[in-house]
Amino acid sequence: MNLQIALLLGQDGIVNGAIYALLALALVLVFAVTRVIYIPQGEFVSYGALTLAAFQTGRTPGTLWFLLAAGAVVAAIDIVIAVRAGALGRIGRIVLWNLALPAIVAGLVFWLESDKLPLAIQVVLTLAIVVPLGPMVYRLAFQPVAEASVLVLLIVSVAVHTAMVGLGLLFFGAEGSRTPPFSEAQFQLGGLVVNGQTLWVLGASAVLIVALYVFFERTLYGKALRATAINRVGARLMGISSTMAGKLSFTLAAGIGAFSGILIAPITTIYYDTGFLIGLKGFVAGIIGGLASYPLAAAGAILVGLLESFSSFWASAFKEVIVFTLIIPVLLWRSLTSHHVEEEE
Amino acid sequence: MAAPILEVKDLSVSYGKVEAVHHVNLQVEAGKIVTVIGPNGAGKTTMLSAIMGLLASKGEIRFQGEVQRDIEVEYLVSKGMTLVPEKRELFGEMSVEDNLLLGAFQRYRAGDRGQGETMEQVFKTFPRLKERRAQLAGTLSGGERQMLAVGRALMAKPKLLMLDEPSLGLAPLIVREIFHIIADLKQTGVAILLVEQNARAALQIADYGYVLETGVIALEGESRALADDPRIVETYLGLGGNKQ
Repeated sequence: MNLQIALLLGQDGIVNGAIYALLALALVLVFAVTRVIYIPQGEFVSYGALTLAAFQTGRTPGTLWFLLAAGAVVAAIDIVIAVRAGALGRIGRIVLWNLALPAIVAGLVFWLESDKLPLAIQVVLTLAIVVPLGPMVYRLAFQPVAEASVLVLLIVSVAVHTAMVGLGLLFFGAEGSRTPPFSEAQFQLGGLVVNGQTLWVLGASAVLIVALYVFFERTLYGKALRATAINRVGARLMGISSTMAGKLSFTLAAGIGAFSGILIAPITTIYYDTGFLIGLKGFVAGIIGGLASYPLAAAGAILVGLLESFSSFWASAFKEVIVFTLIIPVLLWRSLTSHHVEEEE
Repeated sequence: MAAPILEVKDLSVSYGKVEAVHHVNLQVEAGKIVTVIGPNGAGKTTMLSAIMGLLASKGEIRFQGEVQRDIEVEYLVSKGMTLVPEKRELFGEMSVEDNLLLGAFQRYRAGDRGQGETMEQVFKTFPRLKERRAQLAGTLSGGERQMLAVGRALMAKPKLLMLDEPSLGLAPLIVREIFHIIADLKQTGVAILLVEQNARAALQIADYGYVLETGVIALEGESRALADDPRIVETYLGLGGNKQ
């Protein structure tokens, strides 16, 4: 290996690491607020990338039907509950978020010729389809069992993952897709060629991480999410509903996942099940942060990315093995250094 | 007599098959301090949790004249009921100021942006919190934590403030300070339901009192009358009583 190759691998590792960092942050957020180990996170990566790819080839993405169907089911359930509780005032909001907005998105998709649109609009449409799936998944799969143990939530999580991978195959078929890069620019940096897409990934990840930081530190809703993560009962007594917090964190996670997918679609070929592996690597990074520390998770993500790219050079057949084996020393180290925290106080 | 702000009729609460609170009747009028005293394990905290909607219960709870079916904590908070729980339940890894801000979360959601003003009032009531505003809540002393818990509840501008054992684990001097503040809060018009083991301190500031023993209201009356009642004196105020 010479310096040139090392730099190239390093660049690769950091780019992937940035994506893993985003996913790790989403996983830590979801776990802290809802105690769900969010395996389907990766599916949002695939859905984001493949929905965008579908737009670019002029097809109607299957995720649109999923959005309409899930929205209809959520609306039906919530309206029945609202009527039973005599809270008719809630119905307007339910219809707006679960029926009207998906219908508007669908209308736009059919009205506009999606393959002729500028990339930015395609990205916005993609996010408009995939992101609302986050809170809908929470409403349908997790809210009814919100008080269950972490293990039950994990099992539900695995089930949702399996279902979403299957739906992904149905929506997008078995072939992979790759989208054109956001920019064709190339830069010479010393002996290293840097692609425009690389800078896009790094820049967008950095902006997103800073935006999340500002959200959690400066806005009341961000603080409310942190409060729920720290003390659920205390938060409820302040009128911060666990359901609201859960939906909000799932929305953020879906946004981060879909956006990550859009960012890496020009770099890697994405298949309907690619997201799972990407998500798992984000999970390894999250574990490095104990599913609690955001900075440690982000650092862990860069480590995972670098380890992956260098091991693909030295022992490419074992690259996944090496990355996932990382979790063993990490768990050992964590079990030795961190004191055990009881789940119930 | 003005309509009571809180009216509890025939309230029973069970943990599984064990009924911890039996057919309790109780009411709190606007601007009054009502105390529920009783020994450890009498069901005082259980009763408050049920009123606040944290626990399922049987019976009728009327808040501001409105019967609460299907009660949800978040809804009650938005209507002006707050509970300062026994364990305080602060957000330890957040600053004092953020804890207070979150106390006004429901008001913020409803479009009310007057938190800054309320925080100034809370700081006036608890100058100590102002000094510590940037400090993490987890680093506060026991008394300061209790002050923060009460301050955080006041940020919601409650109509009914329910306090669960505010004296628990605090030094006598701090207890006296906290009780002074509770008595002063009455001037702001908020109704207070005070649950205490420290019967002497509670009866001193309350207008009306209930005695809860093994889940039943054993006795009730004007707090001055209760303080003179021989049964109370013997059990709760006597030399071997629950002084803290």
